[in-house]
Amino acid sequence: MSGQSHRLPSGGRIDRGRPLRFTFDGRAYTGFDGDTLASALLANGVRVVGRSFRLHRARGVMSAGLEEPNAIVQVGRGALTEPNLKATEVLLYDGLEARAVNAWPNAAFDLAAVTGLFAPLLSPGFYYKTFLWPRWGFYSGLIRRMGGLGLAPREPDPSRYEKAFETCDVLVIGGGAAGLAAAVEAGADGARVILVDDKPELGGAAIGETDFAEVEQVLGARPETRVLKRAVALGWYDHNLITVVEDLTGNPGPRQRFWKIRAGRVVLATGAYERPLVFPGNDRPGVMLAGAARAYALRFGVAAGRRAVVVTNNDQSYQTALDLLDAGVGVVALADLRPEAGPLAEALRARGVQVLAGHGAVATHGGRGVKAIDLAPLDGAGQRVRIACDLVCMSGGWNPVVHLFSQSGGSVTWDPASRAFVPLTWRQAGEATGDAAAAKVPVGGPWSMAGDGPAFVDFQNDVTAGDIRSAAQEHYVSVEHLKRYTTLGMALDQGKTSNVNAIGVLSQILQKPEPRIGTTRFRPPFSPVTVGALAGRRLGDLFHGLRRLPAEAEHRTGGARLEDYGGWLRPAGYPLAGEAEETMIRREVSAVRKGVGLYDASPLGKLVVAGPDAAEFLQRIYANNLKTLAVGRCRYGLMLDEHGAVLDDGVVMRLAANRFLVGTTSGGAGRIGLWLEEWLQCEWPDLDVVVENVTSQWATVNLAGPQAGTILRALGLDAVINDQALSHMAFSDGLIDGAPCHIARVSFTGERSYEISVPADRGAALWRACLEAGAASGIVPFGVEALMRLRLEKGFLHVGVDTDPTTYPEDIGYGRVGRAKVEDFIGRRSTLRENAADRRRRLVGVQSDRAIGVGAHVLGADGMSQGWITSAGFSPTLGRYVALALVEEGASRHGETVTLFDRGARSEARLGPLCAYDPEGARLNA
Amino acid sequence: VLLIPCPHCGPRAEIEFHWGGEAHVVRPGPHDAVSAREWADYLFGRNNPKGVSAERWRHTHGCRQWFHLLRSTESHEILASCPIGESARLAGAAE
Repeated sequence: MSGQSHRLPSGGRIDRGRPLRFTFDGRAYTGFDGDTLASALLANGVRVVGRSFRLHRARGVMSAGLEEPNAIVQVGRGALTEPNLKATEVLLYDGLEARAVNAWPNAAFDLAAVTGLFAPLLSPGFYYKTFLWPRWGFYSGLIRRMGGLGLAPREPDPSRYEKAFETCDVLVIGGGAAGLAAAVEAGADGARVILVDDKPELGGAAIGETDFAEVEQVLGARPETRVLKRAVALGWYDHNLITVVEDLTGNPGPRQRFWKIRAGRVVLATGAYERPLVFPGNDRPGVMLAGAARAYALRFGVAAGRRAVVVTNNDQSYQTALDLLDAGVGVVALADLRPEAGPLAEALRARGVQVLAGHGAVATHGGRGVKAIDLAPLDGAGQRVRIACDLVCMSGGWNPVVHLFSQSGGSVTWDPASRAFVPLTWRQAGEATGDAAAAKVPVGGPWSMAGDGPAFVDFQNDVTAGDIRSAAQEHYVSVEHLKRYTTLGMALDQGKTSNVNAIGVLSQILQKPEPRIGTTRFRPPFSPVTVGALAGRRLGDLFHGLRRLPAEAEHRTGGARLEDYGGWLRPAGYPLAGEAEETMIRREVSAVRKGVGLYDASPLGKLVVAGPDAAEFLQRIYANNLKTLAVGRCRYGLMLDEHGAVLDDGVVMRLAANRFLVGTTSGGAGRIGLWLEEWLQCEWPDLDVVVENVTSQWATVNLAGPQAGTILRALGLDAVINDQALSHMAFSDGLIDGAPCHIARVSFTGERSYEISVPADRGAALWRACLEAGAASGIVPFGVEALMRLRLEKGFLHVGVDTDPTTYPEDIGYGRVGRAKVEDFIGRRSTLRENAADRRRRLVGVQSDRAIGVGAHVLGADGMSQGWITSAGFSPTLGRYVALALVEEGASRHGETVTLFDRGARSEARLGPLCAYDPEGARLNA
Repeated sequence: VLLIPCPHCGPRAEIEFHWGGEAHVVRPGPHDAVSAREWADYLFGRNNPKGVSAERWRHTHGCRQWFHLLRSTESHEILASCPIGESARLAGAAE
């Protein structure tokens, strides 16, 4: 079964012995190994391969590379489907399934094409003129259905994506003749060279004509040279960092690899893209770039048509026409926009090709593909000629591919002969070579031709020469404004085939030289890239690695529900079978208040600050006076930032005269450790102090409740733990089973409480030992949620929850902190400023018989917000709802009844002191 | 995506570093000898040069040391770097 009506009898870099079956829009076809989807479709005579984005016009393959604007397809199905691929880049494989995007039910018969009938209504800027508030919601639904391109897969992507980092002396981008020569030269003396090329085969524009096997062998034999095929350079960033996505589809292992390559020097060998010509009907399927028609013939052995007409503005196309004839593609005529025909005109005439100088195209005819073209003299003197054809090869000259160069900060200059932007000044170490470096072929004639029907400039977004004229009439004359107004160059292809034509057409309309129209800057990525490649392995559990508790297995055994709290996987609580969350919290809270609870406090930040100047250093860091802290004692301390706002809080222990253990908020140890380091290194390098984050070196449990002492004694510690020595805010060192342990008598629950720390590898054993020792007393493990409720009853604030970066110590009831100190400390000068005029939000307790929501607003008499609830919950101890709130002058409004506003609902609550339970602190020694 | 020369570890990718703002900002003090204007200048006054900028960077995912760096905000070119406390070395490079 051949069915490949347009396959030439010979030629091309395809393996005719290996036929591959594939489907397009549900119909079955056959191609050969070595085909792209585009070449295989052309070989099968398929002309309509897609629909344009705005007008749903039928479109055919226009190019043979990644500049393709028309043949946009969805490949594969299910979780592996990939939208918006260019058929010119999709390598054919057996069983490939592809669909045209933006067309329903298929590209050949698209119902939405009726919008084409309304084309006159869809003027440039129609987005801005039509889709206005308040009806945007109505339009957006329509647009999303009509305008969408491909569909993202709904299932998780089962493929693997990898990232790679590399450095090299020379990075060559582009594996055509110029790039290969540059790579051979650069690596000759052993330099590290990487060559990247987007195609599966090296050779670029000369694939199928020149044999590069020998060059590839030379490069392959060099240990310091690496060649990446099917790899597209996407971005050129500062200091010569280039990102590359390598397609590995079809190979075992990852689907794509995302490279970040730091290059000493970059050689840009990206070649040039042929420009379309702007003439009426230039988007009809069967109209393609002349170079593409040639590539399909020579590289794939495909005749894109049997009767071709060439329309051109340069000499190169004459050779292209000869090459097509040699390959077996019929060429009947060549129209040259320039008044004089090119030097090869006679050679073409000798082979029966009609050559018409000074002629342009004014119309094309045909339903689903071009059947004839009308050519006419551009000076208006003479008749239009209609020539039957099934292929129009157009050539408007070449644009050096300067996208990456522009990204790197380079500036371009206009070359009037070739009418293209070429690299001028370089900001990063590199150079251009081959067609990317310089104007390729001189061109002539007008930028656009008038005639019957629209002449397209941007094929994917349906921007015509007429649209550009309309925009210019509405004074959108800057190229940046033109782009935003008409959406020119904003489609998937990012204007690869349209930008320069647009500048030319605009210059023709405005009668202004092209360089004065200007060009838009290019941004990464050069070509669309899948999000999977950017994400790499950072997905699911690896997206944000959680820190684990040493006793995690014990928690799981105990039925803990584990959650992410500040980057740690911690027990939220230990629900009994079928127990609801709130019931669990109340049970755990009551257990701590009445008996004893056990809590894993390991994530509590622990920083060792040691050295002869440790006390002096902390005196400068903390608002509190720490020089007076006795060895063996603990003190609650506040750290401020230089603005005087509360940065962190925690308990500081003086382990020895020159050694402190600084406690930070859970999850805050890293941040605070770096904060201390910054002051030490940058501001006070003369202080002899070291800071070490030891958080994860220790496992810490908290025994809390009136019976905590009983359990502590039952643990059999070799340490002094009597109430006299180990009073509230004291600590003691000792041994447990021969290992060191610290016991600190500190409390975040308001109950008698002991924090026991052991080396992390003893954490699980300690947890088990505590449960065992407490079994007779009915010890209850409790989680973060219960702890938060316990501290809420006590009015203990949680920095970052009950404070924000504008909260001063005086706002949370620590107005006197540091006042008695002699020395300066961080933020002290800011605490001295006059705030008399402010109505500051200050932390206050709130109580109500009705539920209080976190984030609820506290309303003033005028109905305006005076602040908000920062923490809230039901207090099982008090039998009512308690909360903390930052409210304007809240601290001096105790007893006042206020209105809370929570998502539309209002309720009453009473302001009061922060501490709702045991304000005298009697429970600490119960 | 800058390539930053850590004075201790050599050239490393920008993702390993944290930017710490302008270098050589002198902290006025002690607290009771600082005018409101001086303090406000210290808290909020920063240069925003188009051209060479002296900055403080930390090699967070490396030696964790702070150092000084001269960088052009215009071209992103890095002119010099040195450990904190050896900033005299930067003075020559800035010229």
